[in-house]
Amino acid sequence: MNSHCEPGIGRSNPPQEIASSLKAPRNDTKHMEYTYYPGCSLHSSAPAYEKSSQAVMKAIGAKLNELEDWNCCGATAYMSIKELTAFSISARNLALAKKQAPNHDVVAPCSGCFVGLTKANKYINEFPEIKEKVNVALAEAGLEYDGSVKVRHLLDIIVNDFGVDKIKAMVKRPLTGLKVACYYGCQIIRPKTPLDDPEEPKHLEELIAALGATPTHYPMKANCCGGSIMGTEENIGMMLSRNVLDCAAKYGAECLVCPCPLCQMNLDAYQKPINRKFKKDINLPILYFTQLIGLALGLPPKELGFGSELVSADDIVRRFS
Amino acid sequence: MKEQKGIQREGRLTLDFIDEMKQIPGGEQIALCIQCGTCSGSCPTSHLMTHTPRRLIAMTRAGMRKEVLESPDIWLCTSCYYCYVRCPRGIKVTDLMYAYKRLSARDKFGIQKRGYKLGKIFMSVVNKYGRNNELELLAKFFGFANPIGGIKNTFIGLGLFLKGRLPLKTHKIKDLGGFKKIVNKAEELARLP
Repeated sequence: MNSHCEPGIGRSNPPQEIASSLKAPRNDTKHMEYTYYPGCSLHSSAPAYEKSSQAVMKAIGAKLNELEDWNCCGATAYMSIKELTAFSISARNLALAKKQAPNHDVVAPCSGCFVGLTKANKYINEFPEIKEKVNVALAEAGLEYDGSVKVRHLLDIIVNDFGVDKIKAMVKRPLTGLKVACYYGCQIIRPKTPLDDPEEPKHLEELIAALGATPTHYPMKANCCGGSIMGTEENIGMMLSRNVLDCAAKYGAECLVCPCPLCQMNLDAYQKPINRKFKKDINLPILYFTQLIGLALGLPPKELGFGSELVSADDIVRRFS
Repeated sequence: MKEQKGIQREGRLTLDFIDEMKQIPGGEQIALCIQCGTCSGSCPTSHLMTHTPRRLIAMTRAGMRKEVLESPDIWLCTSCYYCYVRCPRGIKVTDLMYAYKRLSARDKFGIQKRGYKLGKIFMSVVNKYGRNNELELLAKFFGFANPIGGIKNTFIGLGLFLKGRLPLKTHKIKDLGGFKKIVNKAEELARLP
């Protein structure tokens, strides 16, 4: 199982140079304003992501207006049992967003929310019968939705609207020498999103390199951590998370950054049980990419939610603050 | 679990299963499958399945409705969407897996599966507050559906709790009444043929 993960073997040997996949950033970064959809995880199990996202967005001068009275996006679990209801509750959020600020994009930092809202949008636009039924349901609460709100991931905003070069210029404490495994997981890049390549994404590496750190190129960066299977079939979930952690560690990473609260939970909270079960000795702090941006921009670690991870990142914080 | 062996007699098959799948938005693509196996090769859990995604599609076209919907394999889909982006025929394989799960839940084939129980409990929590309450979800899921897993994971839960990552307070959305009306109407509409 692990042979493809040994350094030097496999499809993704360290590229000599990352060809830039970035679009030119928007010029009007002074007026970056978005409707913010935090999602349930950021208000409970992922406070570090919420804190660091807010701090970083404030530092780069982007305004986040939280969506008034937002509800759960439905996630993968709802979709597995009732599809139309899942689309309808996602559409409630989008209808509210349209009402609150018709010209602002919705920003979701959670990959699960991002894919849930995007999928509802896609089906509403692609299938007229779904659009009609969703609107009949929404009308019960006096709402309507035409499918026109754009949903975007936080990483997309930072990389494509603000721009990696501008982040680079703002770095106060470069993370020199820190080897970072960039982990995308699944739902931020798949099914096909305009953000990045579904198989070989690069945005996170470019961002991390701009902070002065060294991205570790390892083959498992876009593979699955197990997602919600960790609860239902723990052995399988732990095996999938093990593959990611083991691979990142073998390629020499000192920490791993991810853009999703569920990935963070699986890789962080289950790291000890994984070590026990598979007789491993992995010690890889799992951070949100926004926490490292904040650290490099010189923001106080407390404002970035450091300390809430189960695998301690204290050494890294001490080194760079 | 034993593999299905031997001859399937026509009388036991549901030959209109493929038509049923075609009714689902996006499901009509199932006819395009060339059985290349890219989906199964890309799947992170297919090596643990008896019926891999490719095979489930073949079984659907052969009319093996009961075998497909009873299969625990459909609940092993982690929703990673590798099959979806790699399918050379553009079939939304991940969405097909979701459709299998929903049919399996609706027709009571899969109600013993933990994946179904997680979804059901997740739905009940969301319908109650408008948002997910992770503490209640975990307590109910591990309590009712997976007690052994619950015992194994006590320390993880405790660790998260001590780090402030499992807050006790519950948050209800303001327009919970309107939210519930949307849910009820959507469920009513989904029941219509």
